[in-house]
Amino acid sequence: MEEPSAIRTEHLGRVYKIRNNRKEAFRELVALQDVNLEVQRGELFGLLGPNGAGKTTLIKILTTLLAPTSGKASVAGYDVLTQAGEVRKRINMVSGGETSGYGLLTVRENLWMFAQFYGIESKEAYRRIDMLMEIVGMKDRLNTKSADLSTGLRQKMNIVRGFLTDPEVLFLDEPTLGLDVGASRDVRAFIRRWMDENPQRTLLLTTHYMVEAEELCDRVAIINQGRVLACDTPGNLKQQLQHEAIFQVWVQRENLLEEQAFKTLGGLRHFHQTFENGALRLELILDEENLLTAVLNRLVESQARILRLEKRQPTLEDVFVHLVGQRLEEVEGESHAPAD
Amino acid sequence: MNRSIPLRSFLTAAWLGWQIESNWTDPFLFATYSIIKPVAGAAILVIMYAIVTQGQFDSPVFAYLFLGNAFYQYVPAVLSGVSWTIIDDREHYRTLKYIYVAPVNIPFYLFGRAVAKFIIATIGVIITIAAGVLFLHVRINWAQVHWGVFLLSLALGIIMMALLGLILAGITLLTARHSYYIGDVVAGGLFLFTGAIFPLEILPVWLRPVGYALPITYWLELLRRALVGEVAQAFPTFAALSNETLFLVLIAASLVFGTASVFIFRRCDFIARERGNLDITTNY
Repeated sequence: MEEPSAIRTEHLGRVYKIRNNRKEAFRELVALQDVNLEVQRGELFGLLGPNGAGKTTLIKILTTLLAPTSGKASVAGYDVLTQAGEVRKRINMVSGGETSGYGLLTVRENLWMFAQFYGIESKEAYRRIDMLMEIVGMKDRLNTKSADLSTGLRQKMNIVRGFLTDPEVLFLDEPTLGLDVGASRDVRAFIRRWMDENPQRTLLLTTHYMVEAEELCDRVAIINQGRVLACDTPGNLKQQLQHEAIFQVWVQRENLLEEQAFKTLGGLRHFHQTFENGALRLELILDEENLLTAVLNRLVESQARILRLEKRQPTLEDVFVHLVGQRLEEVEGESHAPAD
Repeated sequence: MNRSIPLRSFLTAAWLGWQIESNWTDPFLFATYSIIKPVAGAAILVIMYAIVTQGQFDSPVFAYLFLGNAFYQYVPAVLSGVSWTIIDDREHYRTLKYIYVAPVNIPFYLFGRAVAKFIIATIGVIITIAAGVLFLHVRINWAQVHWGVFLLSLALGIIMMALLGLILAGITLLTARHSYYIGDVVAGGLFLFTGAIFPLEILPVWLRPVGYALPITYWLELLRRALVGEVAQAFPTFAALSNETLFLVLIAASLVFGTASVFIFRRCDFIARERGNLDITTNY
């Protein structure tokens, strides 16, 4: 018999009913709509999207914490709503950017306790704890009360808690959120190593860091406003933009350019400007390379002196812009939705 | 050792509960607090009784209310021990979602977390009764104590209260705020209706059915009969009922409440998942 997919969703949807006070009528907030995903065993699958896109809502549904309002979802072949107990035996989950844990217990006690919930023998639990804490560089903190750990170290402890039970399917919700650059790199390396050790392990990672998705994921689903906009390997997603021309132009200028003057140019798919090291950096995505001349002419007309021009390969960020029409940070700036 | 999910949920939670209850301060302060709290609670009642009766400590009424009050310590301890865990884990430690994601039997986990409060309440009950016997003329003839009745009814009562606590835990899952002390509030509310410090006949006729419907009432009666049978017989409420009948009523009432509690908790748990309440933080 064919082994079921690690994760499968069919027309999955989630609507929150929210109100600010009792006098107010409920209003509906669509957090997820018509999400169809299939993640195979052994895949490191990424959900990439801005805050409020619905990533955490999807993880909550898949980890049995939240019921969907429409559609179906299964993990390791078990329905998350009707077979939650079977799902829970096979999964674990870590949320980044939070300091959960029993502060009065030591790191070792916290981890041992969660291992007990999963039925791991104490001896084996201690062996795994020692090994994992060594890997994340926290072995000297095993007997520290978790309340005395810094936020970053507490987050690392939680990441260890997720890996400790060696789940069939692991859900990591923004695992590097709030970690410094070095710690994030260590965590990413550890994730990759964990996946490489056993081809049957499956990992679903949510992130709004493009680098993380690009570096780690076998496949990525780009999600915005509760909808999956694209799902493929990072390479294939970028391949879609190969026919487009992506340029960066640095110009000497003290104030921002009039965007409208450029947006009227046909074939300019994206125009974004930021000040960087005393110069104005423009990011341009053009339908065709030969449209660059018109843009440069318009720059000259705007009395912007061109300092540097660079053509670059498409990134996942460009794919996101291509699909959404805005950069991820811009979407996050506009988003006030509590769904994520 | 391959323990079943309910057993390992219970045992691990009991260990965690004890760590939380006993580690919030140094051992000396913890021991002092554990002694002073029950003794102070009993002392208030004793002083009130002494003033009202002008010191008639030999009256059967005194033993009746003293023991009822002593054992009633279990009620808030177990009810809040089970229900408070939801607030504590969800809002304070923010671990409830990780407990839920794990293969844990949630009711057994909650019962386990209440074990520490049960142990502390047991220490309180023993200290209170010892103080009563040593200093306040509470007469217990240890040779005539029905230990079988006592231990069986105590165990039945604790299970029954844990199940009542499960109802409160279910309600707590659905309430974002103001449910901190739901266990203590309900225990305080029931204090008057369970015959803890006076017979139900003292209540207005229309309020007595509340007491008769509560399994805690029968539980307290059985405990008092087991320890001071002749004193309990001096009160009319259940004088016509044998120990066996009381046991049957207690078991039947516990079964009704137990079945209801499992159903209510499952329903609340389902609604909490529908609403997305399992990881909300509203109090801290």
